[in-house]
Amino acid sequence: MPQTITEKILAAHAGRDTVTPGELINVRIDMALANDITAPIAIDLFEKSRVEAVFDTERIALVPDHFVPNKDVRSAIQVQAMRTFARKYHIKYFFELGEMGIEHVLLPEQGLVLPGDVVIGADSHTCTYGALGAFATGVGSTDIAATMITGEVWFKVPESIKLIYDGQLREWVTGKDLILYTIGDIGVDGATYKAMEFTGDVIRALPVADRMTMANMAIEAGAKSGIISPDEATLDYIRPRAKRPFECYTSDPDATYIEVRTYDVSNIEPQVAFPYLPENTRGISAVDTIPIDQAVIGSCTNGRIEDLRLAARILNGRTIDKNVRLIIVPATPTVYRQAMAEGLLEIFLAARGIVSPPTCGPCLGGFMGVLGPGERAVSTTNRNFVGRMGHPSSEVYLANPAVAAASAVLGRIGGPDEL
Amino acid sequence: MKIEGTVRKFGDNIDTDVIIPAIYLVTTDMGELGKHCMEGVDATFAEKVGPGDIIVAGKNFGCGSSREHAPMAIKGAGISCVIAEGFARIFFRNAFNMGLAIFECPGVFQGIQEGDRVSVNQDTGEITDHTNGKRFLANPVPPFMQELIEAGGLMAYVLNKRRL
Ligand code: SF4
Repeated sequence: MPQTITEKILAAHAGRDTVTPGELINVRIDMALANDITAPIAIDLFEKSRVEAVFDTERIALVPDHFVPNKDVRSAIQVQAMRTFARKYHIKYFFELGEMGIEHVLLPEQGLVLPGDVVIGADSHTCTYGALGAFATGVGSTDIAATMITGEVWFKVPESIKLIYDGQLREWVTGKDLILYTIGDIGVDGATYKAMEFTGDVIRALPVADRMTMANMAIEAGAKSGIISPDEATLDYIRPRAKRPFECYTSDPDATYIEVRTYDVSNIEPQVAFPYLPENTRGISAVDTIPIDQAVIGSCTNGRIEDLRLAARILNGRTIDKNVRLIIVPATPTVYRQAMAEGLLEIFLAARGIVSPPTCGPCLGGFMGVLGPGERAVSTTNRNFVGRMGHPSSEVYLANPAVAAASAVLGRIGGPDEL
Repeated sequence: MKIEGTVRKFGDNIDTDVIIPAIYLVTTDMGELGKHCMEGVDATFAEKVGPGDIIVAGKNFGCGSSREHAPMAIKGAGISCVIAEGFARIFFRNAFNMGLAIFECPGVFQGIQEGDRVSVNQDTGEITDHTNGKRFLANPVPPFMQELIEAGGLMAYVLNKRRL
């Protein structure tokens, strides 16, 4: 029976030859992840179960990234719980401050999530790792607690949607714009429960960083996962980092899809998602004058070195508008050091931006750049829900790093071509 | 089992950031989370809500983050169950795993109004609006998830199986 990449990975982890969408199956987990918000609940449940050991000390990753460096006493207590748990159960991949970065940038960078894996994370953007050809999906803390005991998790096998991208990318159009455009097209529940499989010549030519940005936002269309078949670019990224053996799967040509959509990217310009849903997208040329108070460049969506390079290209030799605050968040210590070595931090500071340590921080309105009443931000993050970055009356406009940087200079939302 | 309560109504795409804003994610205490339930859409919701009230909403309820604090906040606020046109996937999963009763039921958003008295038969999925007399039938719960509910949530289910 012809199978999609998603079905093949799930079947292999369920000890089966094939699986069918809609089936409930139990699968073996290659990596389970939790952060400083979701791990404490899982830890409580695990301790209450009185089970003496975790299923595998090398297949659990605990990343305190959301409110770290600890923003207050209560967040410090949450991280203490993770630290204590990690020591007690000899969890190999607990990332202390200094090694810690935003989880979905950190785990691929450290070679902990690989092609062909099944990965679950108590964080909705766990779907990011699909960019490497893994089946990766967000679950809750209770799922993580149960998996820490059994090493398994239950899933309904998702149907797949095939999204084909053809044509020639325009200047300043990135993976972020492709995924925003797609969400604008199918809506925030357009792929609920489904696997979004990104294919086509444009994807094959897309850098791995952009692929991760796309898979990252599959959840913003309600999807269970986003996935891209591994190719040479994937292997170039994976080989120097992989901490384990891995296996590459691809979809059979005659596999079954519930829906197939084709996009000619030649018609897609840089996208901006207006409040309060990621589906409220417009091309940059259709955006009127929208003054901004803040620009944020970072997050698991766009906090990689490639994103910072793009922002630096725009900001080099310029200063931002006097009414704007610019916050740049390198996603991991490695990204930070690389940005420093390449002189990017100098460019950001000279432009009158600030550089934050790696953290989720402002992305979820946690700290380090929370918005006040009525304030407006352009952000390279992934959500613009009511109150996402602060006060319920504040507004978030989602865009790629080039648009965010250009907007900081212009003092209003605009593209690099307007500079 | 039967649930009965007064309806608190919300629209489409009620996301986890409005169900429980991130600034409150520094605790795992259900009662405390409950005090800030729905704060993003209605700042006084937790004060107004009565014990056993039922949330009725449109499509894609619970979209966004995987935070289990969202179903916990709803439970902590005293809500007995959530009936929606549709649920976002992780919220749906979390609700079953941690034991918040939810029902997917097309037609409820049009048919049920704020303040209506509604009852739900958990075994049959029958939903009755006693204020306007309308009846609805919730989508059936897959057998495995029924097992989860009967076990008392995922942890109890997993631990029971281990003991066998
Ligand atoms: S950067 Fe934002 S979206 Fe990504 S994991 Fe952190 S809080 Fe979530």
